Amino acid sequence: MKTTILKFQNPLKFCAVALFATLTFSSCSNDDDVSTPVNEEELITTVTAIYTPTDGSTAITLLYKDLDGEGANAPVITVSSAFAKNKTYNGTVTFKNELASPTEDITPEIVEEGVDHQLFYQITGSLNAFMYGSAASNFDSNGNPVGLQTVFTTSDAAAGTLTITLRHQPIKTGVNVANGDITNAAGSTDAEVSFPIIVE
Amino acid sequence: MSKKILVFFCFVVCTNALYSQHTISGKIISKEPISASDTHIHIGNKVINITVDDSFTAKNLPSRKTNIFISQLGFQSIDTIINLKSDLVINFELKRLANKLAEVVIHHTANSPAKSTIDQQIQLHTIEQFSNQSLGDALKNLAGVSTLKSGNAVVKPIINGLYGSRVPIINNNVRLEDQQWGTEHAPNFDINAAQKITVIKGASGLQYSGDAIGGLVIIEPTNSLKDTLFGKTILNLDSNGKGGSLSTSMHKGNDNGLRWNALATYKYMGDKQAPNYVLSNTGNREINFSGDLTYSGKKYEATAFYSYYKSVIGILSASHTGNVNDLCQSINNKVPSIITDFTYSINNPKQDVTHHIAKFNFNYELDETAHLSFQYSYQYNKRLEFDVRRSDYNDMAALDLDLKTNTLNIDFRKEEHDWKIKSGITTSAQNNYADPATGIRPLIPNYNRIDFGMYGIANYNFSNSFSIDGGVRYDYSKIDATKYYQKSRWDERGYDATFPQFAVEDFGTQWLTKPTFSFHNVSASTGFHKRLDNGWHFYSNISFASRNPNPSEFFSDGLHHATGVIELGDLNLDKEQSTKMAVTIKKVFDEFSFEFNPYYHSIKDYIFLKPVGFETTIRGAFPVWEYQQTDARLFGVDVQTQWNISTNWQHSLALAYVNGKDKNQDAPLIDMPPLNINNKIKFHKSAWHDLLLELKSELVLKQNQYPDNNFYTNIIVDNEFESVLVDISTPPPAYQLLHFYSEMKFNTFKNTATTVAFSVQNILNTSYRDYLNRQRFFADEIGRSFQIQLKFNY
Repeated sequence: MKTTILKFQNPLKFCAVALFATLTFSSCSNDDDVSTPVNEEELITTVTAIYTPTDGSTAITLLYKDLDGEGANAPVITVSSAFAKNKTYNGTVTFKNELASPTEDITPEIVEEGVDHQLFYQITGSLNAFMYGSAASNFDSNGNPVGLQTVFTTSDAAAGTLTITLRHQPIKTGVNVANGDITNAAGSTDAEVSFPIIVE
Repeated sequence: MSKKILVFFCFVVCTNALYSQHTISGKIISKEPISASDTHIHIGNKVINITVDDSFTAKNLPSRKTNIFISQLGFQSIDTIINLKSDLVINFELKRLANKLAEVVIHHTANSPAKSTIDQQIQLHTIEQFSNQSLGDALKNLAGVSTLKSGNAVVKPIINGLYGSRVPIINNNVRLEDQQWGTEHAPNFDINAAQKITVIKGASGLQYSGDAIGGLVIIEPTNSLKDTLFGKTILNLDSNGKGGSLSTSMHKGNDNGLRWNALATYKYMGDKQAPNYVLSNTGNREINFSGDLTYSGKKYEATAFYSYYKSVIGILSASHTGNVNDLCQSINNKVPSIITDFTYSINNPKQDVTHHIAKFNFNYELDETAHLSFQYSYQYNKRLEFDVRRSDYNDMAALDLDLKTNTLNIDFRKEEHDWKIKSGITTSAQNNYADPATGIRPLIPNYNRIDFGMYGIANYNFSNSFSIDGGVRYDYSKIDATKYYQKSRWDERGYDATFPQFAVEDFGTQWLTKPTFSFHNVSASTGFHKRLDNGWHFYSNISFASRNPNPSEFFSDGLHHATGVIELGDLNLDKEQSTKMAVTIKKVFDEFSFEFNPYYHSIKDYIFLKPVGFETTIRGAFPVWEYQQTDARLFGVDVQTQWNISTNWQHSLALAYVNGKDKNQDAPLIDMPPLNINNKIKFHKSAWHDLLLELKSELVLKQNQYPDNNFYTNIIVDNEFESVLVDISTPPPAYQLLHFYSEMKFNTFKNTATTVAFSVQNILNTSYRDYLNRQRFFADEIGRSFQIQLKFNY
């Protein structure tokens, strides 16, 4: 292009070429592909925690659903029933993207990338603590907890909230982090959901 | 040329004895006949006429540095300073002007023919000092220009308190279109490609744009008219970041016929270091090329230009927050949450930006006084932003934007004796494409934009000491966007009632919408310049401009990870309308000069982000800020002084103060630069290999005028929810930095001049944070750095 420019001894010819170039360049810039909206595969819309009592009675489901992600609608929070006194519950948390079709279960991804993820369980009120489950599947390849599984042992009647936090790239070696203390975990939060809990 | 004359006369003149009154006489020589009545000669304060045999005489001149300015239409003007100590006989040769482009588009002394505003310029020597840094860092040397940073590599200029879309950047007569609306988007420009950078404060540069509410940054590349071939190589090494850059350029100049320039720059930096810790993931890379080829005939000139810019910038790891509690923890801990060992590698989050510019110019001389120029330019900007994501998504860009801009400019210039008239039309077509393959709903939608503008500016010299100017510009802009809105957001914004016509297709939870907007804007500028004989100058200018909302102000609807805020655009926004009055008083004494520049700026419908509430998502509760409009006013003052203490010592000062207020709410505007004062002491001695020593103090006070956007969040402490303040508003404390710069010149080889420079930034290794750094919540600014620069001119 640089060499051809020298040939334009006639200014009008040059203008004609410039104008032509304008039209060609502009016309080839319409590459919009708007036929489908963005598929937000990575989004977490739903957090489900299922607590099964060791005595075989009915499991309790904690469900947190926010189907529009960062959209304006408030999330929907449901707790299927109250916990019973003096029982031990084994809990498992799953993460789903219900905007994907079919619904995508994100939990295996978290397990696979276990070294980069950890769940934390914080309680308020008079509730007993939620402890990490001891099964090998609850730990990453370095032997640090991922924390999808917890054990909740009830004693007397109590009430409060449970906050489940999924941290991405936490410092698992931080003080007390392996025991489930979020204080020194750092990292960035992928999900943080709270449920009202009653023990009666 | 003027530099050579200056050097020559310093040698000749310095050897002569001192007299109080002297005479300068000589002859004007030219290969072509020149007209005596069209030749202007200014010597000191005198205006000299030339006689029929082209000679001139100026008598009764005092012993001092004397300015000589000679101009003749169609010829290169001569502007030089001689240290007058005896009578002089001197001949000046006028050369035909080859570079008509420079004359049509950019006036040789002032970029704006509006002489009623004073341009501020950064010259090559300063640009070279900043060879390893960015455009914004170099511009900060001017009073009234500060920087908005995201870390250290992303630096945007702020002019008199305004930035981003309000400050267009003109690179080699092309308006940079590089997603400049974003605060985290640095201008895509290699500072090594600049010969001169000019800042126009306010909207008076009407030939470039009608929406430069804040001002304009105009970059001119190297362009030699001399018949020479020369080259330059600059090598920079920096201890902070353990890297450096190499920039090399070749220039072939010519009066007539072919001339060309070529430049390449490579930059490689690792993690930067704050005084107490490594700023993890702050390395960057840059590779740039630019080149042009010009052919000059007797009546015309044709140029082809191409430039390529590519940079990869690491974003501080600790600045990625998932929710408000993460942010709160970062602010309260005062130490970045992620600190790892120094590394050159760049991980997510990072930016990867490419910018191409190709352009063709054709300039034609209609007659001695009139010129016509055509310019066609094409820009392609590709911006990829990578975020911290799960597993395979890490390799996938979180934001992928393609911005293509075609622009055609036709400009006409006419110069009669006391008149200077410029007018032109510009038309451009722009397309933005946001790739949906990112798996994240894009911040900026797809759109097509068409712009058309026309302007006329005139300047009239009533006398040599009094001139007035005025200009008018009209702009039309139309934007056709395509965006998917979540239905919940569409309804929450009330668009279902106000813009039902934009929703064209139902996609279940989302609407496909096609918003369309068009704007008609008129901008204008007028003012005068009065020069008194005793060295006082008065400049006064009033400008009126309009800026249309940019795509982020219209369309944003999502979480901003660096600020932990959900930002919402508004389709109801109208254009901003600005009126700025500026006065400059300048006085040149023998050894001291100052510029005092107060201004008052009123902006109707000023667009800004305002906190409006909270929204809860699966990551927790987030504050929501939306773009709103208010009536704003800014006033301030910029002061610059220069004092030649002695032959070797010089002091300079730059001070800037700005006060911004939201008139409707009677509250301060956010992100206004605090009062800053720069003092520089310089020692220069030519005899010692041109030794230059500089010590600079940079004092930035605490900004006490800021809106309170703080909020509370609940954090569980000892099994109870505790309400904790998230202080995102309070500006950091004042700080003072000291910088040192030194250089010497050597003639190492035949025809090669080598400049060796050594500098230290932040000598005292001060820990500080900058109010105008978006990462001030997460980490300190960089600490001390030692820099070595080797420059070879050959």
